[in-house]
Order: sequence, then structure tokens, then C-alpha cells
Amino acid sequence: MEDAFVFITLTANATVRVATPLILCAMAGLFSERSGIIDISLEGKMLGGAFIAASVAYTQDSAWLGLFAAMAFSTGLALLHGFACITHKGNQVVSGVAINMLMSGLTVVLGIAWFKRGGQTPGVTPEGRFLPVQLPFAEALENVPVIGTLYSGFLSGHNILVYLAFLAVPATWWIVYRTRFGLRLRAVGENPNAVDTAGISVSWLRFRAVMMCGMLTGIAGTYLSIAQNASFVREMSAGQGYIALAAMIFGKWRPLPAMLACLMFGLLDAIAIRLQGVVLPGIGEVPVQLIQALPYVLTVVLLAGFIGKAVAPKAVGIPYVKER
Amino acid sequence: MSASPVKPLPRWIDVGLIPVLNILMALFVSGLIIFAIGEDPWEAVKIMAYGALGFDEGIGYTLYYTTNFIFTGLAVAVAFHTGLFNIGGEGQAYIGGLGVGLFLLAFDTAMPIWLLLPLGIVVAGLFGAAWAAVPAYLQAYRGSHIVITTIMFNFIAAALMVYLMVNILIKPGQMSPQSVTFDKQSHLPFMSDVFGWFGMEIARTPLNITVFWAIICCFGLWAFIWRTKWGYETRAVGYNERAAVYGGVDPKRTIMIAMFISGGLAGFVGLNEIMGVHHKLLLNFTAGYGFTGIAVSLMGRNHPVGIVLASLLFGILYQGGAELAFEMPSITREMVVTIQGLVILFSGALAYMSVPWVSKIYNYLAADKPVAVEGEA
Amino acid sequence: MTSSTTTAGVQSGGSNSPPAAIELKGISKAFGLVQANKDVSIKVEAGSIHGIVGENGAGKSTLMSILYGFYEADEGTIHIDGNKVEIKNSNDAIAAGIGMVHQHFMLVDTFTVLENVMMGAESGALLRDSVVAARRELERLEKEYALHVDPDALASDLPVGQLQRVEILKALYRGARILILDEPTGVLTPQETDQLFRILGALKDQGVTIILITHKLREIMDVTDNVEVMRHGKMVAHRVTAETSKEELAELMVGRKMRTDLQKQDAKPGDVALVVENLTVRDGYGIAKVDNVSFEVKAGEIVGVAGVSGNGQSELLEALSGITPIDDGRIIYDGTDITPSRPTDPAAVRHMSVGHVPEDRQRLGMITNFEAWESSILGHQRSPEFQKGLFLDPHTVKTHCKSLMEQFDVRPPTPDIKSANFSGGNQQKLILAREIERNPKVLLVGQPTRGVDIGAIEFIHRQLVELRDKGGAVLLISVELDEVMTLADRILVMFEGRIVAQVAGDKADERMLGLMMANAMTDENSNEVSA
Repeated sequence: MEDAFVFITLTANATVRVATPLILCAMAGLFSERSGIIDISLEGKMLGGAFIAASVAYTQDSAWLGLFAAMAFSTGLALLHGFACITHKGNQVVSGVAINMLMSGLTVVLGIAWFKRGGQTPGVTPEGRFLPVQLPFAEALENVPVIGTLYSGFLSGHNILVYLAFLAVPATWWIVYRTRFGLRLRAVGENPNAVDTAGISVSWLRFRAVMMCGMLTGIAGTYLSIAQNASFVREMSAGQGYIALAAMIFGKWRPLPAMLACLMFGLLDAIAIRLQGVVLPGIGEVPVQLIQALPYVLTVVLLAGFIGKAVAPKAVGIPYVKER
Repeated sequence: MSASPVKPLPRWIDVGLIPVLNILMALFVSGLIIFAIGEDPWEAVKIMAYGALGFDEGIGYTLYYTTNFIFTGLAVAVAFHTGLFNIGGEGQAYIGGLGVGLFLLAFDTAMPIWLLLPLGIVVAGLFGAAWAAVPAYLQAYRGSHIVITTIMFNFIAAALMVYLMVNILIKPGQMSPQSVTFDKQSHLPFMSDVFGWFGMEIARTPLNITVFWAIICCFGLWAFIWRTKWGYETRAVGYNERAAVYGGVDPKRTIMIAMFISGGLAGFVGLNEIMGVHHKLLLNFTAGYGFTGIAVSLMGRNHPVGIVLASLLFGILYQGGAELAFEMPSITREMVVTIQGLVILFSGALAYMSVPWVSKIYNYLAADKPVAVEGEA
Repeated sequence: MTSSTTTAGVQSGGSNSPPAAIELKGISKAFGLVQANKDVSIKVEAGSIHGIVGENGAGKSTLMSILYGFYEADEGTIHIDGNKVEIKNSNDAIAAGIGMVHQHFMLVDTFTVLENVMMGAESGALLRDSVVAARRELERLEKEYALHVDPDALASDLPVGQLQRVEILKALYRGARILILDEPTGVLTPQETDQLFRILGALKDQGVTIILITHKLREIMDVTDNVEVMRHGKMVAHRVTAETSKEELAELMVGRKMRTDLQKQDAKPGDVALVVENLTVRDGYGIAKVDNVSFEVKAGEIVGVAGVSGNGQSELLEALSGITPIDDGRIIYDGTDITPSRPTDPAAVRHMSVGHVPEDRQRLGMITNFEAWESSILGHQRSPEFQKGLFLDPHTVKTHCKSLMEQFDVRPPTPDIKSANFSGGNQQKLILAREIERNPKVLLVGQPTRGVDIGAIEFIHRQLVELRDKGGAVLLISVELDEVMTLADRILVMFEGRIVAQVAGDKADERMLGLMMANAMTDENSNEVSA
């Protein structure tokens, strides 16, 4: 019985660890897409943020400075995306792909130029990382059956960015559904004309949405390089930005369902790791490449919509042009 | 004050000047980055230009890269014409190559080269098309965003290839995941061989006769898109799906066909690499060609002429970049990726950024001459 | 009373009369080479209903866009209550007390009425306060102006008439004292229009100034106090409504005497070419948009379908042309059945010699990015006559296109020009040419003269009659009652997806049709109907 709890706790922890960057990116994408701007570049912003976080955390020996630098950088990329899509009404998908490719190259170019380690940043010291924190009374409750395992073994002991990610979900919900900004945000994604004739700037609204997206992806990138790991490695985002996008679509552009989709990916990953080396009856040993490919396959399955059809905000992807 | 009438820009500006300006902006920012990491951009340009075009071996390599970019550029272009963004060129090229490899492993001694080549083309095309089929189907029939699905299929292709190479196709007794080398008679002649037949000697490079197939594909694609009813329907769906339906077109079938062609074209990279260069199956022979195809297509405005020119430019960048890596160790392959991203940004998303001020300058210069009075609009 | 003026642009309000609610002086605006407004001056008295009429392209919408801050005039000034104001954007307009009800509603489908009214005029950063304030204000407005709408209804659930009320409420919520309505009645039945005008009357009584933009002269005569006529960007006349007539206004709009009657011979109907039997077409929510409809069209006759837009006409056309599958019933073209179990597609329908001039030419009838010659074969791109081996032969197609253009007076008759660069009327003529030239047995036509200038309208009408005389069966769907009454030999009226009435073309009049369109025919007023 105790073993079962341990197993569940370990799996739950692994789920949460994997889901964190996905949740942050999904919320980020939500802000952008709800305002009508498609964002394929969650991946690139996260990757760029990861690099900057690791670089700054290393050179300044401070995880927090790394975090802020990453958020600023990713927001800058978001503004670039906004500049192309909002100001110049460019193709939003193309802009997203461009940013991803740009980050793919630039993070390594700068990494080699600055640190000369083939694209990897040097490992950060403990000050440069976000280390696990214990919630109050975690130690005291450690041995209490059930509740103790739940609290000390699962809820407590994650780094602060994990908690931040899960806080981001209700925060996003509240902003989108309970504030003036959120009302206008939802309006501009469905009918920008309505917003324009009400005397509100469509561009400024969308820029703000895109900046929120940037900040959240910056946090996601920071998590990757200096919370989950201790340095930046080339291509470390490994497609998670796209997976987050798929989770958001699957969650129908709503915070809570999107978070659940991200958790599902996390759970799948946690289980898959346990399957490594395990011999399944009739199939033999599960190939490691299959396990690696599983998140990508699942993304395709989700998008295939066999599990429900998703309706995007009506004006998403269409640059706003005043009608004569 | 009266606003002087704004005239629409003439075609040569729209099709010639603006795209060139976009590239220049991309290259300018690239130069800034090179400068920022402590190298001299002009020096870099000189090294790259020489490395790509200054001697026969460099030219050979440049044209070899160009061949691949033409294939992936055409692939992205045909998908664009029907309104889709095929990012899966990397995976489609990979699987196309897998197909060629399997075919040759089985039949490399069974047929003469003049049979192997056309069949190889067919196999490469079919396998590449097959890898595009699932994302195409999901987009056409279930509305799944093809950008995400094709990227996912790139990852899946990579995993699949590793599995196959490591576990099944590896040549027994060796460590690196490569297959046996195909029989010599199944190797496509290198261009150095071809020149040799005419008594001329040029350096041996990976450039092989596949380049002719690439040119043929350019003509073929142009004719398909602009001179056939299927191309008409493809463009109709890309411009206005509802009107296309009105016009009796089945958009789902049109999308599927366009994506098949797209995947097939990307698959020809596999033909080039496996049958023309390496003569065995190995990993990572796609080396980013699929993604470069996106930049090439956007830069070339989805037209074969532009694609050939853009492919040449990127061929120069790749080969020049390789030379540059020798001379300036701080600049690696990723610099080319960065430049690619900038090209996509300036030629794709910001393609019309320069139009307002170019328009102003043009109207200012053109206003001095007497302007024919336009009829009432 | 207001002093009357009869010449364009000259205002003779004396210094004793209160300042006009709005005065525009010398407004000019050009877009590139097009002079949309030229030296336009208007004076609108407070608490009056002021009409502005003009054809498409006369400049009315541009003028109103300037007033609402979408554009800035190149020259001229705007005065509200005697004070000069600068209107650079919608906020300035709203601050100046101007509210606009647009032709295409500016509402968010997924919001409730309350959210739609609130959005942009919230009371604070948190929504909670805004909701309370908005509810209160909506209640007040409802009492004062008899504007009844359920604040918690979703916009996507509301009928068009109610949506328009939400638009008016939005303007009033922001304190508008000047209300501009842009073509408000295009989507309303005559009876709903009367309701709207009653609301406008109530607003007028409360001192709200109303500007009504329309091309429907009957409405101008019914409800306005004064009317301005615009033509080619200029203000050409100003009349007191009581002192003018529809005929005079029409003449001023067009600049010449209008031919109101299309000379046409009696129809000589032949064999039945199209049969529709118990046709039902449902939308994505399962609601029957076409509900058990039955009728037939014979060769050599024009059957007109009248009805307010949104009553199933579009769905009917799309089902008949093969674009949408049908859910019940049958369509029979010349012996071929189309049923739910034997569905069809536009290519097959076209093959049965059915032409289709769609309602929305730019979205459906042509591909604006194609050059004219390519648009001229839309639907026939697989026709053997245009192929040369495996390829399309541009030479053949362009020659064919040029001949079409010459026959149907498409200007300029140049096949190489991009389709988007032709005017609306010329685009429509090209599409008509494409569909008629093949001498179809059946021609389906939707809104053939929407957005088309007067000269082209006459031409298009004549072409339709000619096709009829040559033996074609024409099904004409139009929201313009005049058009239906002019062209149709038989008129069907659609309401909520059903055919509710049938009238012979020469026996119909507007009042009767209007009642039918609202399904409000009772025994009393149905005496004139001959089925």
C-alpha cells in the first residue's frame, strides 16, 4: 500500500515537472490567440528565454536576474512578432516560423561566441538555479500517513517556477474573464471591428496580449535551463512549444482545460519513462525511440480532433484592416 | 494642401526591387550579428564568396546544395499555392531517402542504372508523399493545423530513422548506424564523372546528375501550377476556398494532391543524397535542407525562377559558411540557420514593410515627369 | 420651424435660430485618385431626422466615416452645437456625442447583450462594477425609449431586429445625442422597419438628432424631415422632405430621368426545367433554414423569390447549386434527381446546364486574385474547349474572355487585368457573361445588382429578360422588392425558410409583398392575392 503511494507520488512529481513549461506556454499562447494573433513561436521564445536565463544566471550568479532577463528577452521577441503581424499585417504563421528558426540559430551562435562550449552554457551554481523549496511544515508532516506523503512528497519540494506555473492558470482565468482588459481581449479576437468602433485601439490591445505571451514564455524558458536543469543545451525546447500549442487548442482556448491537457502530456511522459527497458508481453522491449516519439504522436492525435472539435476565436490569424 | 495622386507600383519594383530589399535587410542584420560576436562582416562575406564561387570545388558544392534547396523550395511553394504551410520538408526528405535506400538495398544489382534511376525517382517521390499524407489528410478532413502536424512528423521521422538504422538496417559489425554501401553500378554519376566523359576535369564534389532532375522539376512545377486545370484549382483553393467550391473544385482532394506533390518533391532530396552522394543509408542526411526550403520559397515568392535564384543564394551561404567555419571558428553552421530565420522574417512576414517608403520615393521621382491623366476611377 | 432651403450647400439659418446639432462645412476627402467627398456642407437641426441619399459610391459612407472618426477629412470643418470640433478617432466622436449604428453589426457573437453594450465603456478595470452600472442603465434606456432586449441573451441567439436594437443601445449607453444609422433597414421586414422608425420617433421626441443614410427613397419620404442628395462625392441637393417626392429624389440621385419600367413582353413558359419538392436544408445546429419548400420553374419564365435577407434564400441557392447537401426532399433538373442519398456537387450541377450567379460575387463568384481571363472560366476550368493536351491554353481562354467582355459591356475589356481591379458592376457583368453565355437551361441568380451602378443595373436586367425570352428558366432571388417586381413573372415569398405566398408578377404590390414577407397576411388583407 505504501509502495503504491510512493509510486503515485513519484509519477505525480514527474508529471508536474514535465507539465510546467507546457502550462506556461499554453497560457502564453492563450493570451495571444484570444486576441487574434496566431503564435507558432512559443517554441522559439521559450528557447531564447532559456538561453538568456542560463547565460545571465551564470554570469551574474543569480537565478532571479536570469529570470527577469529571460522575460525581457522573450517579450522583445514577442514585440518583434507583434511588429510583423500587427503593425505590418504580415503572415502570422510565417513570422512565427521565422522567429523559431532565428532562435534556433542565434542561441548557438551567441552561445559559442560567449562561452565557447559548442553551444552549451556553463553550468550555473546553486545561486544561479531555482532549487526546490519546501512549503511550510513540510518536514513536520513528513511522516503523517497519506496527508503527509501528499503534502511533503508531492505538493512541497518543487522549485518556485512550478508553483508559479500553476498559479498562472487561475491568474489567466481571472484576467481573461473578470477584468476590463480581458473583456476587450476576447472581443478583439472575435470581432476587432466592434472594438475599433468602440474607440479602443485594436493594435495596442493586441500588443499587450502579445507581451503577456512573451513574459510567460520567458518564465517557461527559464524553467527549462535553470530550474529543471543547470545550463542551456542547444535545442533544449525539443518541440515543447508546439506541444503546448496543441494542448491549448485541445483545451479550446480556455485556461483550465488547457492545463489539464498539459498535465496529460506530463503524465504520459512520466509513464513512458517507467516503460523504458520494460518488456511488454507480446511486443518485447519497448524501443526507446518510440518513447521519445510518443509526445509528438499524441500531439498529432489530439489535433486530429478525434477527441472533440475545437473552435478558435473567430478573428484569429486575420490581420486587422479597417474596412472602408 | 493637395495630396499628389499615389500610383500603383510598377511590376519591376514589386517583383524585383522589393524582394531584393528584403534580402538586403536580412543580410544587413546578419552582418550586425557577426559584428556583435566580434568578427568582421566584410571579411566574412569575402571568405564566403570565395569559398562558394572562387574555385571549381566550391562551385560544385554550392550547386550540390542548390539542388537540394530547389527540391525543398518547390515543395514549400506548391503547398503555399494551395494555402498551406508545409514545414515537414525535413521529415519528408528523410523518409524519401529511406525509401530510396530500401529500394537500392533490395535491387541495386537487379537492374541496370537506366532503370534504377527512374524507379528511384518514383520511390523517393512516393515515400516523401506518403510522409506528407497523414498531415495533409488531417488538415483537409479534420482541420488540424498542418504546421504543427508536419513539425511533429519531422520529429517522428527522426525517431523512426534512428530506430531503423540502429536496430535493423545497420551494417553488421560496425558501430556507426549506416547501412551497407550499395553496389557501384547503382551509383548516380557525379558531375565530375560527366565532365570527364567530355574530356574536362573538374574537382570531385557531391554534385551529381540529380541537379538535372531538379531543373526538370522546376519546369514541371511551373507548368503544373500555371498551365494546367489542376494548378488552376490548386491556386483557386489557396486564394478563396469558397469560390473554388462554387467553381466545382473539391478543396479536400486539391489539398491532398498538392501536399502529395509537395512531399514528393521534398523526397527527391533523398534521391540526391542516398543515390547520388552517399550510396548508403545513414542518419541526418537532410541536414536542415527542409527548413531552408521555407526560406527559399518565401524569398523566391513561390515561383520557380525565384526559387532557383534563392536556392543559389543559400547554396552560396551553405558552402561559403562551411569555408567560413574553417577561417573563423566562432562562426558555425548555426549562423546560416540564423540568416535563414532572418530571410524568412524579412521576405515572409515583413515582406511589404518597405513598400510605403519605396512608394513615396518612386512617386516623388516620377512626379517630375508629366503624368498621363488617369480616367475617373 | 426650420427655414427651408432649396439650393445645394447654401444654408440660410439666421443668427436667431439655435445652432445646428451638426454642421459640416466644406468637407473634402480623397483616397488616392478617387475623390470620395468634395466640398460637402450639411446642416442638421437638433431633434430632427435628416436623411442622406445617394447611389453606391456617392460618398455617403465616407462622409459618415469622417463624422465618426474613421477618417480625417483633407479639408473642411465639423461643428457640434455651434462649436468646432476635431474628430480624429472614434473616441473623439463618442465624446462629441455621436453614435453610429453600422450597416454590418459591430457585435461580438459570443458575448451577451450586456457584455456587448459594456465593452469599451466599462466603469473600471474590474468587470464587476461595470456589470452593475450597465444593467441599471439598460433598464433606464428600455423604459425611456421602449427598447426591449434581454441583457443576458447571447448575441448569436438573437434575431437581426434585436441585434440592431443592441447597436442603438450601445450608442445611447455612451451618451449619444446624435445618432447615425447606415442603411439600417437592409435586413428588416417592412414591419420591423416600422418598429425601428417608431423608436427613432421616440428618440427624436427626446431631442436626439438622427441622421439616416439610405438608398431607399420610400423610407426617406416616410420618416425624415430633411434630406440631402449626394452624387459622385458632392452634395447636389437639399430638400425638405415634405416638399419633394421619390421621383424628384431619384432623378437628383442619378442625374437624369430614370426609366422605371423595363419593357418586357409577356412570358411564354414552356416545359418544367427545375422542380423542387419538399426541400429541407438544415444548418450546423440542425435548424431547418429551408423548410419543406416546393415549387417549379418552367423554361421561358422568371420566378422571383422575395424576402428579407436571412430567411433561407442563401441556403436555398447553395442547395440548388450543389454547394450544400440537402437533408430532405428532392431537386430535379431535367430528369436528374438530387436527394439526400444521391447528393451532388457544383461541378455536376453545372454539367446539367445550370448556371449560377452567386449573391456574393467577390467571395463566391470570382477569385479576386486571378486575372480576368482566369475568373472567366471559373467552374469551367476542366472544359475540353480550353485545354490543349494536358495543359490549359491561355490563348484560347483569353480570346474567349475578350469576346465575353465585349458582348456584356465589361469595362475595360482587357482579360489580363486582375479581377479585383474591376468595379463592382463590371465584375458582376463578367460573372453574368460567364454564366449566361453557355445558354443554361436554368439560371440561378442571387442579388444580381447589389452594389452595381444604375447603368449596369439596366443592362443586367435586360440580359436576364433576354435569357428568359430565349427559353431559359430563371430563378431570381433578391432582397430588392423593386427588382423582383420588375423582373419576375411569378413571385414567391420566403419567410423563415418556407414559401409562404405566391403571386403573379403583375398583380403584386409592395404593401402586399411586405406583409407576406413578414408572414403577416391575414384573410382581411389577402383579398388581392391570386395564388
